[in-house]
Amino acid sequence: MNKIWLIVQREFLNRVQKKSFLIATIMLPLIFPALMAILVYVAIEQKKNATKDIVYYIDESGTFSPDTSKFIFKKFEGSITDAKQAFQEDHSYGLLHIPAFDLENPHGITLYTKVNPSPNEIGDLEGILENRVRELKMAKLNISQKVLDDIKTDISLRTINVSEEGDEQTSNSRILFGIGMACGIMMYMFIFIYGAQIMQGVIEEKTSKVVEVIISSVRPFQLMMGKILGLASVGLLQFLIWIILITTLSSVVLGFFGLDMPQDQMMNEMSQQYPDAQVQNPASIEMLTAISEVPFGYLIFNFLFYFLGGYLLYGALFAAVGSAVDSPAEAQQFMFPITIPMLIAYFGLFTFILDDPHGPVSVWLSVIPFTSPIAMMGRIGFGVPVWQLILSMVCLIGGFIFTTWVAARIYRVGILMHGTKINYKVMARWFMMRG
Amino acid sequence: MEALLAEGISKRYTNHLALDRINLSIPQQTIFGLLGPNGAGKTTLIRIINQIINADEGKISIFGERLQEKHIGTIGYLPEERGLYKKLKVGDQLVYLAQLKGLSRKDAIEKSKTWIRKFDIAGWWNKKVEDLSKGMAQKVQFISTVMHEPRLIILDEPFSGFDPVNAQLITQEILELKQKGCTIIFSTHRMETVEDLCDDIALIHQAKVILEGSKNQIKKRFRTNTYTVEHRGALHSSDKFDLISQENLEDTFYQSIIRMKQPTNPNLLIRDLIELTEVHSFIEKVPGMSEIFISLVKGENHE
Repeated sequence: MNKIWLIVQREFLNRVQKKSFLIATIMLPLIFPALMAILVYVAIEQKKNATKDIVYYIDESGTFSPDTSKFIFKKFEGSITDAKQAFQEDHSYGLLHIPAFDLENPHGITLYTKVNPSPNEIGDLEGILENRVRELKMAKLNISQKVLDDIKTDISLRTINVSEEGDEQTSNSRILFGIGMACGIMMYMFIFIYGAQIMQGVIEEKTSKVVEVIISSVRPFQLMMGKILGLASVGLLQFLIWIILITTLSSVVLGFFGLDMPQDQMMNEMSQQYPDAQVQNPASIEMLTAISEVPFGYLIFNFLFYFLGGYLLYGALFAAVGSAVDSPAEAQQFMFPITIPMLIAYFGLFTFILDDPHGPVSVWLSVIPFTSPIAMMGRIGFGVPVWQLILSMVCLIGGFIFTTWVAARIYRVGILMHGTKINYKVMARWFMMRG
Repeated sequence: MEALLAEGISKRYTNHLALDRINLSIPQQTIFGLLGPNGAGKTTLIRIINQIINADEGKISIFGERLQEKHIGTIGYLPEERGLYKKLKVGDQLVYLAQLKGLSRKDAIEKSKTWIRKFDIAGWWNKKVEDLSKGMAQKVQFISTVMHEPRLIILDEPFSGFDPVNAQLITQEILELKQKGCTIIFSTHRMETVEDLCDDIALIHQAKVILEGSKNQIKKRFRTNTYTVEHRGALHSSDKFDLISQENLEDTFYQSIIRMKQPTNPNLLIRDLIELTEVHSFIEKVPGMSEIFISLVKGENHE
């Protein structure tokens, strides 16, 4: 046990003292908010400085009244042929030709441009025309704007989870969907990145041939576990630093540019949209309560548990693969069967779990230990019955004990084998081999 | 009490028998040569002694005690397939390896510092292994093998990859360690090493020990009653001996190799020779380990 601890320490220090660890750990959370800030900044600047495009128009219907909020409209007097020539020589953006049209069935309106117009600009122009047509129709039908406003009603469904204890909890599936997706993807990435690092480390020890020196001092199992646990501690440290850095930095950076954290931002947006309905509007309140009621502590606890469990389960398998091969290139073929359950869980996340978190497939995926880390993280926000959570956790613990046992049996033989041609049969033979 | 006593050690792999009821007895404070062609089972035996793998049958005792986990610190092992962590600094590396052998951190630091001063490489403490030359790394590797003061040191092909200067240095270290009371097991097929250093040897061939004993006794056993004689005046075969070869050194000086027909006392042979020629030197031609090795291994193969 003492020796495993020594190896854990060594592995931990080896990784943490590396420059790449510092760069990945410190820079990543710096880069994200920085990128965000730059993009937001550029977007704001662009909007501020954007000059309106000039659009010439020929109105043969006599109905068009230019809305100048997005474009500068210039009326062109003359024939369409002249207009086409004239707008080519100008700095204008385009030429809008409005022939006389039927109000009920408006067509034949054409936009001539020098470059391919963007969908946004077409949309804007269409919007302007549609609004005008609507106004004309309303006038024709004698409907005033006030009547129209009175008809319009906003309904937003309040959803409440009633737990067995009778607690009521506001839920918002869109937020839960987002959280589930983010957690699932992060889990997938973490397990892969750290699993690959275990494999890398094992291959390094094997190719540098230091391994025989080491296992004359410790049991192969101790070396394997030490490496796996050492890297796990690196992962947890990195994770912790990221949580702290991302939350503090995001708020600092966004605050600097006059923006607020997403939650506040959302509220601001809403109050802008419905200036008079800030308090009464049920949608905005709903959203805010839902966010404030997301149990972040519960989420983080489960994320850490499933990260550790999934990582240990797959880490052992990665270690076994690393021990069997002589180079990372050779490892590719054995990675495949390890990747499959991860991919099943990953695609299951998008097809079943987020759509129907309580359906039978979702439940099974979140209980089977090979898929449960990703699947459970997808479900966790939607509320998972306690018995399912406990069953899943027990299965995961059992799962990683099982894979560690299998992996250790392959590992102890594999690390001493050099230049042997490896296939699954050979690995099975190693597995069966006596001490 | 033997440094190492192996009784009936067998190890079977899926499709071959690596060790077949091996018996070995290695006396304390000797340099023991474990010889044998490639694939004879030497490495398997060494791995069993190091508890890297377990024997299927048999018993190993170390200094009178049954081999167990606590003996890890008693043994220093330099494997043939050796290496160090490339990215790790020399100092960290030595301390880590010594700690794995059971030393406390404080002791490990102290010992590694003593050793690198002894090898005149104190300046490398903070260098990464990947920045060292191969010879330098070998020195570090040797230190890591012996720094925890093992009583039994197992060196598998220790001189492969060493330049002559370093090999000389290591040889001196090995002899010094023996003086201090260490028992050293050499696994090698370099016969000059065996000739120079080993007190006892065992020859493993096709999973069996086919020869064991002290080097001098074995040599005596394999003596062929052949003598090298330098003499004035030519010599011819007689009824007592055969002339195998004769070479003219200068003028009337010759060097001849002769073999007695009946193994008797060399004095009798000298008496005969004196009557035939003027004898200037008379040396028994003792077989080299290399010849013994080859003759045995080849002989076995012919069976």
